[in-house]
Order: sequence, then C-alpha cells, then structure tokens
Amino acid sequence: MVKMSGAQALVEALKQQNVNVIFGIPGGAILPAYDVLYDSGIRHILAHHEQCAAHAADGYARASGRPGVCMATSGPGATNLVTGIANAYMDSSPVVAFTGQVPRPMIGKDAFQEADIVGITTPITKHNFQVKRASDIPRTVKTAFYIATTGRPGPVLIDLPKDVQTETAEMKFTDNIEIRGYKPKYDPHPLQVKKSAEMLIQAERPVILAGGGVILSNASPELFKLAELLMAPVATSLMGKSCFPENHPLSLGMVGMHGTIAANKLILEADVLLVVGLRFSDRTTGRLDMFCPDAKIIHVDIDSAEIGKNAKVDLPMVADAKKALDAIHQSLTQQIKKREGSPWLKRVQELKEQLQGGVNNNTGELKPPQLLEELRKVLPEEAIVTTEVGQNQMWAALHFKAYRPRTFISSGGLGTMGFGFPASLGAKVACPDRPVVDIAGDGSFIMTEQDLATSVLEDIPVTVIVLNNSMLGMVAQWQRLFYNRRYSATELKGVPNFVKLAEAYGAQGFRVESLSEFSETVKKAIESEVTTVIDVPISPEENVFPMVPVGSGLKDMIWE
Amino acid sequence: MAKEESHIIAAIVEHKPGVLYSVANMFRRRGFNIESITVGPTEQGDLARMTITVNGDEKVIEQVIKQLNKLIDVVKVSRLDPASIVSREMALVKVHTSDARARSDIINYANIFRARVVDVSPETMMVEITGDSDKINAFLDLMKPFGVREMARTGITALSRGKKSVKIEE
Repeated sequence: MVKMSGAQALVEALKQQNVNVIFGIPGGAILPAYDVLYDSGIRHILAHHEQCAAHAADGYARASGRPGVCMATSGPGATNLVTGIANAYMDSSPVVAFTGQVPRPMIGKDAFQEADIVGITTPITKHNFQVKRASDIPRTVKTAFYIATTGRPGPVLIDLPKDVQTETAEMKFTDNIEIRGYKPKYDPHPLQVKKSAEMLIQAERPVILAGGGVILSNASPELFKLAELLMAPVATSLMGKSCFPENHPLSLGMVGMHGTIAANKLILEADVLLVVGLRFSDRTTGRLDMFCPDAKIIHVDIDSAEIGKNAKVDLPMVADAKKALDAIHQSLTQQIKKREGSPWLKRVQELKEQLQGGVNNNTGELKPPQLLEELRKVLPEEAIVTTEVGQNQMWAALHFKAYRPRTFISSGGLGTMGFGFPASLGAKVACPDRPVVDIAGDGSFIMTEQDLATSVLEDIPVTVIVLNNSMLGMVAQWQRLFYNRRYSATELKGVPNFVKLAEAYGAQGFRVESLSEFSETVKKAIESEVTTVIDVPISPEENVFPMVPVGSGLKDMIWE
Repeated sequence: MAKEESHIIAAIVEHKPGVLYSVANMFRRRGFNIESITVGPTEQGDLARMTITVNGDEKVIEQVIKQLNKLIDVVKVSRLDPASIVSREMALVKVHTSDARARSDIINYANIFRARVVDVSPETMMVEITGDSDKINAFLDLMKPFGVREMARTGITALSRGKKSVKIEE
C-alpha cells in the first residue's frame, strides 16, 4: 500500500502497463493528471483535435499490436473522442481512452463542460468505467488494459472525475485481475478442428477468406503455412489486407464491393470456404444470400456472437485465429502432404494471369492505379500505409499490394474520413524507423489536416499523398452511376491549395504532374524525414472499378 | 419464416449502477425487443438477476444470449425452458365501482382467480393478482367492462424447477 493522489496512481498504473506514449489534449477536468504526466517520463503528444488523438492511438495500436492510449478533458474534449472510439470499436482496435470529468458533487448537475461520456460511449466501447474512488484507479486501469487487449480487442474508456484525481488514498497495485463476467476463450475445440480438417481434405476448390482477426492475433505465419499446405488461394477483407503477402501466387487480394476480379470470381467457385477472423460485413459479402450459397463454410472467430450473426455457417469454431489455424494445420499435416498442381490451382493461376497486364494509360493523365503501383515500387516492404476513406482507400486496397502484416491501416467498419492522417502519426510514433505514408483524398484530408501541426511540432514526419480530384470522389462516383450525374454537394473545386496549406504548418508541400515526378517526390519526402504533403491532381471523373452495387451479389460485379 | 415467440432469459449480472443501462442499450442498439424485464437482488449480494422476456425467432434469441454474454458485467445467461419453470407476474388493477353490483362481481371474480382486493374507495377497488401472464390477461379481460382506471404490471420473473439453477458458484 502506498499513499498517493489519484492522478499519481493513474500515471503509476500506466507505467505498469508499459505505456510510454499518450496522445491527447489537456483541459480543466483532466489537469491533475496532466500535472503528474508533466515530468513522468511518459511521452505526451499534443494533438490538435481530440478526434485525432483517438485515431492516432488507434493507428499506434494497429501498427504495433500494443494498446494505444488517448486522453482528453471532460465535455467537448470527451465528445470529440467519440468518432475515434467508434472507429476503434468497429475495427476491434485496442485503444484505452481517459477522459476528465467534472468533480463528483457536480455530476448530474449539467456543470460546465459536463458530458455523460460513459453513457455516450456505452454502445461504442468494449467496456467503460467511471472511477468513483481514487483507490479504485490502479485496479480499474489494469482491468481496462486487460479488457482492451484480450479476446476480441476493442476500446475501453475510463472517466475520471477531477476530485478523484486529486483525492489521496492508500493505493494497492494488484497483480491479478479476475473478471467473472469476462473469460475469453482462445483454444479451438478439438472436435471442431478435426471436422474442419476433414472438410478441407475433401475440398476440391478450397478458398481461405481472412479478416482483421488474423492481423489482431498475429496469425499470419500460421495462415501462410496452412495456405501453402492446402495450396488454397487466400482472399482478404479490407481489414484482413496485409495479413497474407499480396505478391504470393496464392493471394487473390481483397474480396467485396471493390474487391479484385480474381477474388470476387474465385470465391464464388469455392466448395469449401475457411473464413478466419472476419465478420461477414455487407461490404465484404455483397448480398448475403448470393454469397457462396453452395460452399461449405467454416467460420473461425474469437467472438462467439459473430458466429451466426450475419451468415449461416456449416462449421463454427470459437477460437483465437492463431491457435485455430495452427491446430487445423497440425491436424492436416498428419493426414496430407503439401498439395501440388490441382485443376483448381490451375484455374486460380490462369485467372490471375489473365487479369494481369497492368493499367493501360496513354492519356497523359495521372491514374490512381498507376500511382499506387508506382508507390509500391518506391516504398520498402516494411513501410506502413494508412488510408483515408472513399475512392483513395479502395484504389489503395486494389492497387497497392501489402506484403507484411500491420503495414496497411484503414478505417474498415466505420469508414471514417479523416482517419488516415492521424492514424499515420500514431503508426509513425510506434515505428519511427519505418516510412509511413497516408494515402488520402482531398475530401478526407481536410477533415483532420489541422494535425499537420502535431506532425511538425512533435517531430512525427509522415508523407500524405492527396489523390486530388476536387470532389468527394466516392459520393460523386455513386452520383455518376446511380443518380444521373447530379453532383449534389460533392464539388470541392480545388480548395484548399495543399502546397500552401502544408507550408503554413511548417511542413513541405509539393504538387506533381507526372508519374516520374510523383515517384521522385515520394522518395525525396521519405528520405527527408520531414512532414510532406504531395498534391496529386487526378480527373474528377475517375471511378473505382470493379464495383459490386449495393444489394447485388458478388457475381454482379461491374468492371467499367 | 422462422417462428417468433416469447422466450424467457435469465441473466445474472454485477449488482452495480449502469448495468441495466448497458443491457437495455444493447437491446435497443441491436433492434431486439424487450417485452418485459424485471431486476432484483439475488441470494448472492453483489449479483443481481434480470428476467428478460424477448420476442423473436430462434436466430434472434441466440444472438440476444450471445450479445448479453459479451457484456463484461453480465456474468451468466440462461434461456429458461418454459416446460420446467415457475414463472410469475404480478399486477395491481384499479377498477371503477360505480354500483354495489359491480363491487360484488369484482370480488367474485377475484376469488375465482385467487386475487385479492387490497384497497377500496367509494369509487374504486384495487385488486392484486399473481400468476402467469395468461392468467393475468384473462383476469384483466374480465375487469375491462367495469372500466380499468389504472394498472401496474411487474413483468415476468421466473426460476427453473428442481435442482437446475442459474447460479454463480463461489
């Protein structure tokens, strides 16, 4: 037992969780915590909007696999975190958020800067707490990190009334956390493993569909081994992108609304589908009753509530992706040898080859697919790419091949425009030795560009590539295809000037007009280790294809 | 179409503020309908028991149970088998009694239903009735012609018969 203030206990508890960086913005109700942080040795990164603090913590978590921490004051500080928390929740990212709160006697009185952040975040957190006594802080912090990082990860929020931070108490830092209502299950049931192995042995046309769960559980090596043993092609969801090297002959790339032709075609031909760490989102499956209706589906997920939530499956397996893939692999190695050329494999290779051949473009205009293929050539394998949301994101998913896990970071579930840039800051803090690039659109980047200040002031050099079509491009694409080209509220008209914007913040800005200029500038930006915005003008008429219209099955993909 | 019907779910939860909110919030957010919910302490002081009646098909009920289980403060969830439970609901009904005839009719009906008259005023009578929901509904139908002035129902609470129980071993 040690006597200290709630704020001191908070910082001590954070140190015990090996937290060495916090993204946040101070304010009245969180001042006691900030006062202790001041000389605590924990790095605090001052964001310029709380949403960015939350996204940066999320990006940090996704790049590193360690929990990301953000902090804000009460009221508007806390509510500004909400989009970031919801984003982390939808993509199962381990973020721990701390908010100041008005002092206990003021709660419920509509005090200045009071917001019911626990009530507000209940549906968008894995769990949340309001600490009522200073002596509860050590245990609460420990519990929060445990919940955020175990089972299916997710954001946890701790609300700290100001007088709890200043209250002095005897603090007990415990080792053991026992939560009787929370017992994540990791090991697959042996019988389910046996059955799935049997199904996979019988399969003539197996496909593995991997989601974000494979990345979260660091299961890429196990996935790789299993895919090679079965010689089964691997498709991913957007969240699963980077879990399997996309330059591997078995990689089909992303499946879904803007999936690759190979993935969307071949998945429908599968007779057995092994789905791992994926929740059958509508953007991944297209119309659900037309998604692989004849295939037998094995569904591995650590969250039992995901099983049967959207899709009907033949064999459910509640387990950690890494353990499940490993167990299935072990069971199979006892029974089969590595598969060689099957008719299915031939079909996969033929279709992939047929679709190769790069992008034809003699127009002289900069085309996003080419730009992203060029970017891949310029960036080293370990570089981390984040994306905004919309056309930029889908072009990146389709044309920027990811080779290593945790090198492609994108807002999948919530689809948050403005996520990519602050997430890139978090990723760069987590991996300072690797280049980090945000693939942005003009519409998305302006939603969080104020954090260029954070990037410059905190010395977090990232590169932002703005694919600038002077439009809210994806919305405009839908208007073009489904609303008779009525561009209602989607024209951004080339405002702002991104070069000047970057310079105003003390970053460097470039506008490029050709492919060679583009790659030279990216190289220069990365080598310079200075925050850089590269404005890349593209045609406002550009569409992302292939595309599966909403309400259609994957087979009704349109190509152009 | 899968058959939609009422199911009774018992949930043992942490007995602390905010738990009812997170449970109710989950139902609202996922579009599940609570027909009734009763909450009270258990024999284990730090745990409370919720008895939730939900309408839905098999798939919905399965999801309700899984989503409840996902909540950190929900310790145990069980679906009660209607064939082997005792379920009870209580209602207080305040009925207009304009004449002596109505009064004696209400007392007679109450006796038949083993309900009790618990309050009388010159214009009203209040009856307390306990039983399963069908019994209460039947009684209320009988009261309607007299004019029901006010009514309060508790919602269903239930326990499994015999040794079977939804209990947290300590």
